[in-house]
Amino acid sequence: MSLSALPHLRRLEAEAIFIMREVVASFDNPVMLYSIGKDSSVMLHLAMKAFYPARPPFALLHVDTTWKFREMIAFRDQTVRRLGLDLRVHTNPEGRAAGINPFDHGSSNYTQVMKTEALKQALDAGGYDAAFGGARRDEEKSRAKERIFSFRSANHGWDPKNQRPELWSLYNTRIKPGESIRVFPLSNWTELDIWQYILAENIPIVPLYFSAERPVVQRNGQWIMADDARMRLLPGEVPQPRRVRFRTLGCYPLTAAVESDAETLEDIVREMFLATTSERQGRLIDHDESGSMEKKKREGYF
Amino acid sequence: MTELFNPSRPVLAEQPAAALFGELEDKGILRFLTCGSVDDGKSTLIGRLLYDTKRLFEDQLATLEKDSRRFGTVGDDIDLALLVDGLEAEREQGITIDVAYRFFATEKRKFIVADTPGHEQYTRNMATGASTADLAVLLIDARKGILTQTRRHATIAALLGIRHVVLAINKIDLVGYDEETYARIVAQFDADADHYGFATRVAIPLSARFGDNVTAPSPSMAWYRGPTLLQHLETLELAPAAERPFRFPVQWVNRPDLTFRGYAGTIASGAVRPGDDVVVARTGQPARVERIVTHDGDLAVAGADLAVTLTLDREIDVSRGDVLVPADARPEVSDQVAAHLIWMAEAPMLPGRPYLMKIGTRVVGAAVTELKHLVEVETFKPLAAKTLGLNDIGFANLSLAEPIAFDPYEANRATGAFILIDRFTNQTVAAGMIRFGLRRATNIHRQALDIDKQARAGAKGQRPGILWFTGLSGAGKSTIANLVEKRLHLMGRHTYLLDGDNVRHGLNRDLGFTDADRVENIRRVAETAKLFVDAGLIVLVSFISPFRSERQMARDLVEAGEFIEIFVDTPLAVAEERDVKGLYKKAREGQIKNFTGIDSPYEAPVTPDIHLDTTAHDSEALADQIVDYLTGNGYLPG
Repeated sequence: MSLSALPHLRRLEAEAIFIMREVVASFDNPVMLYSIGKDSSVMLHLAMKAFYPARPPFALLHVDTTWKFREMIAFRDQTVRRLGLDLRVHTNPEGRAAGINPFDHGSSNYTQVMKTEALKQALDAGGYDAAFGGARRDEEKSRAKERIFSFRSANHGWDPKNQRPELWSLYNTRIKPGESIRVFPLSNWTELDIWQYILAENIPIVPLYFSAERPVVQRNGQWIMADDARMRLLPGEVPQPRRVRFRTLGCYPLTAAVESDAETLEDIVREMFLATTSERQGRLIDHDESGSMEKKKREGYF
Repeated sequence: MTELFNPSRPVLAEQPAAALFGELEDKGILRFLTCGSVDDGKSTLIGRLLYDTKRLFEDQLATLEKDSRRFGTVGDDIDLALLVDGLEAEREQGITIDVAYRFFATEKRKFIVADTPGHEQYTRNMATGASTADLAVLLIDARKGILTQTRRHATIAALLGIRHVVLAINKIDLVGYDEETYARIVAQFDADADHYGFATRVAIPLSARFGDNVTAPSPSMAWYRGPTLLQHLETLELAPAAERPFRFPVQWVNRPDLTFRGYAGTIASGAVRPGDDVVVARTGQPARVERIVTHDGDLAVAGADLAVTLTLDREIDVSRGDVLVPADARPEVSDQVAAHLIWMAEAPMLPGRPYLMKIGTRVVGAAVTELKHLVEVETFKPLAAKTLGLNDIGFANLSLAEPIAFDPYEANRATGAFILIDRFTNQTVAAGMIRFGLRRATNIHRQALDIDKQARAGAKGQRPGILWFTGLSGAGKSTIANLVEKRLHLMGRHTYLLDGDNVRHGLNRDLGFTDADRVENIRRVAETAKLFVDAGLIVLVSFISPFRSERQMARDLVEAGEFIEIFVDTPLAVAEERDVKGLYKKAREGQIKNFTGIDSPYEAPVTPDIHLDTTAHDSEALADQIVDYLTGNGYLPG
């Protein structure tokens, strides 16, 4: 199905392209946060369109916690090769040396050190004045409040009570040295829009989104996949093969699978119409407490 | 828990492939906002719409129930407002601070809804939500009727060009579902309808908390025969955008290699085809469109809202901020415009202060030259005013540093809307809508003169410039400036000294010491200094000039290197101790208002060209420092 017959997706696409071009025209050193998931895949696809026939004039940045699914890393490297892009990977060196992991240190500490702190290190080291992220407003309540051009202080902090007014598509791109802007081109997309666009444009995604038999254990009512030998099994836990897929991807010990038979993009979109839970259900770090996302974002999390 | 109305979720699993895209009817998308005064139930209404259209997932409902027990304001019931009030401060205070964007869809249409805050303090966040909306749902508490804030939001919605309004007369259950109350509020609103000029106005009595007339007709109001809110939102016909001429603000010049030069942008209105004759609006330079390039292949035609890259048949000067337009349907080009402003900053608008205007993809210096009037939302009478404060709406003339291409806002939002940005804080301080261009600018042409600045300065054997002394009252500015002028005079240089106190006795005798007058004071002095520079002189300006913006304005008036900022740095305590003119004592006693350093701010230069420390050196030594600078930088050749 061609996009010209899908005015809604065409409009979202044009909006995202406008936003990306505005950043490239207004900032000295932008970077695109690439998290390998479906939203990043869409964002990257849009970047290829926005600057054609030029390549996207910025690098991709992946904050690697070392606990990503192996298939994600393979997909990342293959994508970068296929598109001929400049990828920078950063892992928090202190966190790695201290062996910070989601089992011993708790999801909240682990996220702080290996994601939020790592991200700030990478942004500071690169001297980036603008960073694209694939977050969407329909994901979570505090995201629904965020501007498309979201101002960050020199410490990467977000002040949700004092955001710049953002009227029409007139984005204020002015910052002082050291300050930066986080830019969310997919702000107005829903999860369904993402899947319909992936289907319409036939965008490659990590195979973990499709159903297959995978070794999982049930923990607190969630299916967790034992992706490698580092998985800590609790007494009595034995990974068993089950037909599962992922609606959202992250660090494998903190990302729950759903039981599903969806093997194609069409199946996934059909499943979306019937879904009774949100995609964030599968993200363990979001359940810590209500308002936890806002707290993380104020500290610099994407 | 309250019984909640549950329509069945649309099941599309068995439908053909096209259904996977949900584009079932071509009603398109509707963007709307909820607005109105605080506590009128905006967030609750959106929560109700999301809940009743089954846009909530089980885990979200579980969170909502948990949150309702913790933060809820409606007893044991589910507090639907908590679905949208997503910030911690909002949940703690039970209010909405910033706009939230939510998405839902029915089988008929997709919706993007902006839930906006009711507090006057957060009006700018309401305007943010309104700027992209097609329709406004204006909530009114049936017990309170129309309030000032209701009128303010209606006025802003109308100014921003929203054509459709729904009066959602909420909490109707609390007035016993009374028809007379409803009719009275509608009549009250309609009395002002001409001021707003909405194309459609539908009034619906409803209860967001219990769901009456939101998605299902109310069993308690047999007297109401109109649509439910959702029915109206689903069926409202948006007039197709009028045929408007092609407008293409160039966003980015795409030059991957020597063989390709394309102009990337989003078509603001109209359509374009290869072979079309276009001009650059600002310069009138013509060209022909060669290709419409996209990643998916070249297009034969491209219409509004599409992001494309155009190539032209010849090399002309086109850069970011230019607008490509048809040769036979050009926008206005002017450096003087009249516009409505919604002021959004704590710091007031000061006529004459230089701001940055962003219009389309162009950024240009701008100042308000004349505030025509303030728009007052109770009576709609134009009020005379000197400044605009936070959330004020005004109508003003603006003067721009360079001409811009624009259309009146009602003819084209994309080329008639702008924001103003503070040059130092970088805050977005105003939203603006251009109503018309001012002829004045197009008729006063600058007279070209044969003898220019270089010729005059050359005759004097010097390089002209402004020595701008800034610092607190009593810092020593005039003393040092006087010494410097004496030395330059002895060296045979041609100088002139503009002193703050002296100028206030003549040229600026009509000005006081409010912020607005201080800005005008500096503007006149800067313009005068510029004329003397043009005459080839070295001008010494000795003014407190407390604001960075105005010193920057003076710097921008002349060429690079002609403005030398001299910071006469004397700490407040030292200046006050000296108190040569006895002014600090009077200010401390409250006899002088708006005294710099006491009850009016002084913004010290961050990177002055010359920094004088008056606590370390005497005036003679400091005057030497300045003359050395001038000699070292080639102002005093020979």
